Amino acid sequence: MRLALLVLLSRGPAHGYELKQALERLMGAAYPQPNIGQVYVTLSRLENAHLIDGEDVAQSSRPNKRIYRLTEAGREAVAGWFEEPVEPKLRDDFFMKLALAHETGAADQIALINKHRRYCLNAMRDLSKLAAAEDRDHRISQLMIEGAMLHLQADLDWLERCQEELE
Amino acid sequence: MSPDTSPSAPGSQPMVKALGLVKTYKAEGVEAKAVRGVDLHVEPGEFVSVTGPSGAGKSTLLHLLGGLDRPDSGRIWLDGRQVDSLSEARWAVLRRRSIGIVFQFFNLVSNLTVADNIELPALLAGKSPRQARTSCEELLTELSLEAKRRSMPSELSGGEQQRVALARALVNHPRLLLADEPTGSLDSKGSREVMRLLSRFHQRGQTILLVTHDARVASTADRVISFFDGQVVDDAVLGGPEHVPSSVADILKLRD
Repeated sequence: MRLALLVLLSRGPAHGYELKQALERLMGAAYPQPNIGQVYVTLSRLENAHLIDGEDVAQSSRPNKRIYRLTEAGREAVAGWFEEPVEPKLRDDFFMKLALAHETGAADQIALINKHRRYCLNAMRDLSKLAAAEDRDHRISQLMIEGAMLHLQADLDWLERCQEELE
Repeated sequence: MSPDTSPSAPGSQPMVKALGLVKTYKAEGVEAKAVRGVDLHVEPGEFVSVTGPSGAGKSTLLHLLGGLDRPDSGRIWLDGRQVDSLSEARWAVLRRRSIGIVFQFFNLVSNLTVADNIELPALLAGKSPRQARTSCEELLTELSLEAKRRSMPSELSGGEQQRVALARALVNHPRLLLADEPTGSLDSKGSREVMRLLSRFHQRGQTILLVTHDARVASTADRVISFFDGQVVDDAVLGGPEHVPSSVADILKLRD
């Protein structure tokens, strides 16, 4: 959430609740609703790290609100983040289990594959339902769901290969 | 899980029951076992998909259950009736009345209009032209094809052709719908549309057995049978009691 908040502040000053709403609008149902407490904690950490500056603004009928803006260091952090390469999701804990089951016989490898397949199919089903329930026009959310489904699809295809090779 | 797929009462007949199915093909003198001893039960109202890599024998299994191909050995009951020893002619009658089949390549009659394609099986099953027309109109509305009733199949998109094929398969209210890679030649939009319709018919009680190599399509069903090398290797109820619906957060993890 750190970077998401920083990047959102790069388009102008905002207070915590505005940022929470902006995140929700962006991600839609494909991402768990950010908790407002978490947003405030993250903002105060970013402030302590001098990546953002906060300023209290008095409101007539309500408590003060704190408006945050990006500092120069914050701007650099945003640029640096976009510059950083992103590691594709290739590490697979399941593969460790399968490899060790195959090597030692400590667990039945076909049973492991079947169990993992069930897990992936159930996750796929949940995502299909989520995609159907979510607004079709919310492109970011639909793309995120689509990406997750394609990963699962690849996992399931790969499980078929494992089964063919190991059975 | 759909709320109205209550398990059938004990003692009622399974919609599909198969025991010890074996099918061997001979190509250029080499024998290939496509189905190697399969037992299968499908209850009325179930939506079951059979998935596995291409060449695993899953389409052969579906063809055996639809009488499009004969097993070397094994027995098949449909809706309580033993059918493995039926003649070609009796299978044809059974398919007309009780089994709808949808294929990957639609198999519509190219020189008949959409409406005529859908009415044809109803007429063949002995319905009056008026009854056939009424059933056809209902399905055209249901499948959002009203505007296409006078089109020829070649004028339709793949997704539309498959919807017509689905209407044709359902026009006689079959007890069992068999679908062989129904999304296999569709783009993602067409696939979604066809799967949405299958789910909808299932929710109204249609028993469906679907064969697909596509895990995403397979996961639309309530039960997924994994097929490898002519055999069932796993049979899983999705969304069952052991499945805790994962929050999306478990699947989609954004790193802090």
